[in-house]
Amino acid sequence: MELAPEGLTVLTVAFDNDPEDARPWIERANPTHPSLIDTNYVLADLYNMVNVPTVVWIDEEGQIVRPNDVFFVTDTYSALTGFRPEKPIEALRAWVTGTGPAVSGEAASARPPQPTERDQLARAHFALGWWLAQQGRRDEAEPHLARAGELAPHDFTIRRGSMRVRGKDPAGPEFFEMVADWTHSGHDYYAPLPDLASES
Amino acid sequence: MGSTLIDAEDLARTATEVDGTHPERAVGWERKAQGLCRDDVCVPVPPGDLDLAGVAAALGRPLVVDEEAGVAAMGASPETRRRPLADGVAPDFTLPDLTGRDWTLSQFRGTKVVLYAYASW
Repeated sequence: MELAPEGLTVLTVAFDNDPEDARPWIERANPTHPSLIDTNYVLADLYNMVNVPTVVWIDEEGQIVRPNDVFFVTDTYSALTGFRPEKPIEALRAWVTGTGPAVSGEAASARPPQPTERDQLARAHFALGWWLAQQGRRDEAEPHLARAGELAPHDFTIRRGSMRVRGKDPAGPEFFEMVADWTHSGHDYYAPLPDLASES
Repeated sequence: MGSTLIDAEDLARTATEVDGTHPERAVGWERKAQGLCRDDVCVPVPPGDLDLAGVAAALGRPLVVDEEAGVAAMGASPETRRRPLADGVAPDFTLPDLTGRDWTLSQFRGTKVVLYAYASW
């Protein structure tokens, strides 16, 4: 992110099977900020992140001041998500320089999303499937990955991470099919908090 | 019969062999007179030895057992994950960068932080 105003720490975290998967991305960006690797999706579990990319704003005291939100650095996925980066980047600059709030309007009452029992059961299945897959035991992993996706169909971190294990492209045709099924059944796909959402 | 238990509350996702005796030890708890204890915290449990399911139930944690594969995973309880989020506290974590150097969120206390999670896929 080419945006590191005074007093802001940018921490990026890549969910990946293998640190080597993230290496070309990180090296291409050649960042000055810490670029971390999370091969077990532990950040998704801690913060209940149900899709990527997800951004969280944290203040000087370690308080979450803007909970999980959509944030793309580019507008590659604008057509799918309606997301454009201009407003969030402007708002981030304002927050860092103390000239604007982290959240405003109806988004101000937004709290970090909290996991249910079912969500945590889904994550336990995913953890088991993920571990088996990393041992090369993909056939045994599959029922657990599938069950995790059934238990938490809104959790695209799990569902797309599982596609990766299956050798499918989590940003390819199966992904777009998955999103189409989800939106046709009346759900929002990856809706941003309303204050910085782009006008559609 | 022995099997492997993945502790999915633990951020390192530790996998431990369990043989049926004292399965609580595999997730970092000890059986004492007061119940299951870790650090200063004790959770009451019924009398008698606990099996893995009993440990999970006492701790309110989800358990998935795959007998054929010989592997089980015990997830984090919803309560454990909800508590900081409900209070608006950013859960702390330590993760490595590509060089293997560890970074911890709380080391940046005193500055604003933007945490950006993505996947290379």
